[in-house]
Order: sequence, then C-alpha cells, then structure tokens
Amino acid sequence: MSQPEPTKPQTLHWLQQPATIRRLWWLFAGILLLTIAAEFLVELHPHFGADGWTAFYAIFGFLSCVVMVVVAKLIGYVLKRREDYYERD
Amino acid sequence: MTDLVWPPALLMLIGALLISVLRGRWQALLILATPLCTLWAIWQLGDGVLQSAPFLGYSLELVEADRVRRLFATIFALMAFAGGLYALRQASWYELSAAYAYAGGAIGVCFAGDLISFFLFWELMALCSTLVIWSAGGDAARRAGLRYAALHLLGGVLLKLGIVGLILHSGSIDLRPLVLAGWDSWLILLGILINAAAPPLAAWISDAYPEASPSGSVFLSAFTTKAAVLALILMFPGTQLLIVVGLVMIFYGIIYALLENDMRRILAYSIVNQVGFMLVGIGIGTEMALNGAAAHAFAHIIYKGLLFMTAGAVLMQTGKRRCSELGGLYQSMPLTTICAIVGALAISSFPFTSGFISKSMIAQGAADQHLALVWYLLTAASAGVFLHAGIKFPWFVFFQKDSGMRPAEPPWNMRAAMLLMAFACIAIGCAPSALYALLPYPVAYVPYTAGHVITQLQLLLFAGLAFFVMLPWMKRTLTISLDADWLYRVLVPALLHAWLRLWRHIDDAIDGALGRLSTLWQRLVVAPHRPSGWIVASWTTGAMALGVLLALALLIWRHLI
Repeated sequence: MSQPEPTKPQTLHWLQQPATIRRLWWLFAGILLLTIAAEFLVELHPHFGADGWTAFYAIFGFLSCVVMVVVAKLIGYVLKRREDYYERD
Repeated sequence: MTDLVWPPALLMLIGALLISVLRGRWQALLILATPLCTLWAIWQLGDGVLQSAPFLGYSLELVEADRVRRLFATIFALMAFAGGLYALRQASWYELSAAYAYAGGAIGVCFAGDLISFFLFWELMALCSTLVIWSAGGDAARRAGLRYAALHLLGGVLLKLGIVGLILHSGSIDLRPLVLAGWDSWLILLGILINAAAPPLAAWISDAYPEASPSGSVFLSAFTTKAAVLALILMFPGTQLLIVVGLVMIFYGIIYALLENDMRRILAYSIVNQVGFMLVGIGIGTEMALNGAAAHAFAHIIYKGLLFMTAGAVLMQTGKRRCSELGGLYQSMPLTTICAIVGALAISSFPFTSGFISKSMIAQGAADQHLALVWYLLTAASAGVFLHAGIKFPWFVFFQKDSGMRPAEPPWNMRAAMLLMAFACIAIGCAPSALYALLPYPVAYVPYTAGHVITQLQLLLFAGLAFFVMLPWMKRTLTISLDADWLYRVLVPALLHAWLRLWRHIDDAIDGALGRLSTLWQRLVVAPHRPSGWIVASWTTGAMALGVLLALALLIWRHLI
C-alpha cells in the first residue's frame, strides 16, 4: 500500500516556498488584528470582570498556551523516558 | 405494550453474531444494516420502562428509555455505522463482530433501567473492547490488551461491590441519582470513573487504544468513556467533586498530549481532555450544563471518531505512527488532510463546527452559576485544546517538514466514512437546532451571537499564534511519558522481584540450617548404627570381658550396699 518515494521533488510545493510562508504569516497577522478590531463593533456580554477587557481573549488565550507549553516542557524533564522504557528488562 | 419492544442492544448483538458467520456481500450488507436497524429500534422507544424480566426475585428493567438515554444510544448506533463503513473491507471478521457486540453493550448500558442489567452490559463492553484490542494481533496489542482487561475487570469488581452494597442498603435495584454517602455509592462512582479515564486511572486509554488496529481504535474511541459519561449523568448529576475531577482530566490531557509523539496516543490523551469537559458539566449539574455535557458527548464522538479515522488512514498507508516520522502528507492525501482539519477544528470549537455549539454550553453553565475560577480554567483549556489537538495533530502529521513519503489516499469506504463524519461536524455546527431538539432539557441557548463568534476566534487564533511562536519548544522526541501505569508496570513487578529475591535468601538460610541439623543427626545417630558404627561394630574379646567384669562389679556393689 505505502509508496514511500525517497527522492525529493525537484521544485518545492507552493506551500513550502519561503515566499508563500511569509505571505501566510502576514495574512495570519492581519486576521489576528481583525479579530481584535471587530471587538469594537459588537456588543460583548462579559460574565465576570476581566473577560470584558479589550483583547482579553487574545491575551488570555496566548498566555495560557505559553504557560501550558512551558509547564509541559518542565514536566517532560521528569516524566519523559525512552520509547523502549517498558520493553527493556 | 412491553411485548412489542425490540431491545436495540439485542439487535446489535444478533448482528454481531451473524457477522461472525456470514461472509462476502451478505456480511457487508449486515455490517451496514445492523446499526441502521438498531437506530430504527431506538427511535421506536417511548419514555419509561418498556421491557422487564424477572431475575433472582428482582425485576430487571432491560429497556428503560428517556431523552438522554435515546440521545446516547443514537450516537452509539450512528458511530457503529460509520465505524462499520470505515472497517468494511479492511478489518477482520472477528474485530468487526467484537466491535459490534461492544456497541451492543454500550447501547444496552444506555437503556438499562436497573443496576444489575447495567452491570451486565457494562462488563460485556469491557470483554468485547478487549477483544477489539487483541484483534490487531501482535505482541504489543496482546500485552496492552491484558493490562486493559485487568484494569477494567478491577473497575468492574469495584462497581459490583458498590451495587451489591447499594442493593443491601436500600433494597432497590433501580438505577437512579445517588448521593455520595457511604462506601457503596463511592465504589460505584470509582468504578465508573475508571471507565471515564479519570487520572490517576487514565493510563489504560493511552496504553491500549494506540495498539488497536486502525479501525479498532475508531470503535474504541467512542463507547467506553462516553457510556461512563451517560452513567454519571444518570447517577451523579450535580456532584461537585466531578468539577474538580473534570478539570484535572482537562489539563492532564493537554499536558500529556503536548509531550507525546505517537499520533494516536495524542488523540487518546485528547479523549481524556474532552471527557473532562463533560464531567465539569455534569458536576455543575444545571439543566444548561447537563445539556452541554450531553451535546458535547454527541459532538465529541463524531469528531474524535473522525480524527481516529484519519490517523488510521495514515497508519495504514504509511505504516508509521510517530509524528517525528510523518509530515508533508497533504501533498498526496489531500482528502484525508481536509477531513483531519475539519475534525481538528471541531474539537477546538471553531465557529460553524459541532464543538462550538456544544462546549460553549458547559462554559455558559459555569458562568450562570458564577463559578468564575471554573470558567477561566475552561476558557484557558479551550485554547489548550486547539494547541494539543487542533493544530498539533494535523500539523505534525500532514504538514511540518516533508517526510518524503507520498502515500495514496485510503480505499473508498474509508474515504466515505471520513467524509460522512466531516460533513456531520459541519452540519451540526451550522444547524445546531436539530441536536438541541434531542437534548434532555429544553434549550434556551443561542450559540451564534457576534460577540461569541469573535471572542472565540480571538481565543483560538491567538492560541494558534502561541503554537507557532513556541514551535521550537515542541520539538518531537522519541520518548514516552510516565503515567500512573508505571505503578503496575514497573513498581509492583520490581517489588515482587525484590520479595522473590529476599525469599530466596530466607529459603537458602533455612535450607542451610536444615542441612547442618541433618549432618549432625547423621554423625551422632545414624552413623553409629551403621555396620561400621561404634554401636553395631563387633567388639574385641578383651573389651567384652572387661564389659562383663564391670557389669558384675556393679551388681555386687549394689548387693553389698
């Protein structure tokens, strides 16, 4: 079933070309800014207090992800083992 | 009335039996028809106890239906259909037969009106799911299946003890909401939580599910944990402990999935995460939150099944399971990639996917009860879901670096199953009223407000930004992560070995002492009685004469005194 082709294609797929990647980053940044800008056009219904701040969801989402990645990294130092950990004897 | 009811679980079990004997076209027909007939039977059921049978002086309520039971049975039957279509031409007859019996057990749990029939169907699920794992063949699957079976049988024993205690205390076998008071209800909760994959007893899910066959893991992802969610809705609604357990599950799932390299193990951890959201909803226990938990279970079964299908397709076509060996597959598997992205967006609750309209009800339930901390944690976790499942899974499997592999798309039936599930994810997200109409309580919730859509997009897209900014921190390593199963896979065997070694020392010491005793006995008692021993050996005449003389002297001496 599997047909691995070790030879690399001559030209990079357009998604892998540096110019495309740069353009995608700009597009992504634009969309991020749009989601914050749109906040001023609609009525929000904050439940508590902080969730009514401007760009709360952007900052909270970003920071909580950073915290989770860092915590995972730290826990990884303690918990990570070689793949054959349970097979070795 | 009662004699006209077709028990849906029975239809599924008959189908499972017939699948094991029929072959070819008839088998394929049966694989597709059985879940649909079951679905028909489910929707023929009205409310209340519809079928009962006497058993040991009790009246078993084999079929009791209400809205939430029908909802879970419906999604189980639909999942059996989609899984059957996916497995149609690739899976062995024994895997399909076991998987359908497993689905039958899950549907039986849905309609069990009493604790005894609940327990019987519960154990049927444990047995058949073990068979599904073993169907993959090979040593790894055999051993993981054994560990899986051992833990689930332990859970079954706890559940059984709790049920017996409850029947003794209350005299009733009715399956009903319980209060956590007394060891019996605690044992029942513990038995159910094992199946819900609540840490520290969650390791079985990431241990066993990735060892199943591509189609096997699709079936496994649907039934066991969600049957446990239904059991909690029926027996422990509003039990606040479940909020804490659910939050632990949510963050456990995220952290472990972030550390993981095996693509199907990432998805297994993500099940724990998603079931955690449902447990929080059950723990809050309001109509809004319970609706949210039920809706989320429904939506989750579809997108998680879809994600496991895409992972199974990749595994089948490449033979690889590690993220570090995959990548760049979008070039030759575009359809699988798109289906994986749809599933990933749905699990992340993107607007216009099923997750958006279900998970938000649980957060709304927390907000309505003014549970600020719970709400903030749920919101952070929603960002975390996008991180560990929404981007990580499709990114590392289908994009990232080019692995050089150009595998073909999977066969038509697998493609059809993936398309069906992807369509369902989007359809439920765009037209939530159909699902809302099936929920246990009337729904007064509007998911699509401009504010909700925009804040959700903000949350998720900035989580996506964090992913790409932190990408160097998430470099894949050829590792596994220790979990509570370390206790029974390493610590207990090590203690056992140590005890055996100690016992050998004690044994040696006892043996040594006995040996010395035996030599002493030989030397002092046995040896003198041998022909050459001093007692038995013939004496010289002189020694004899001396002996007689001494004896005579002794006699005379006695007479003289």
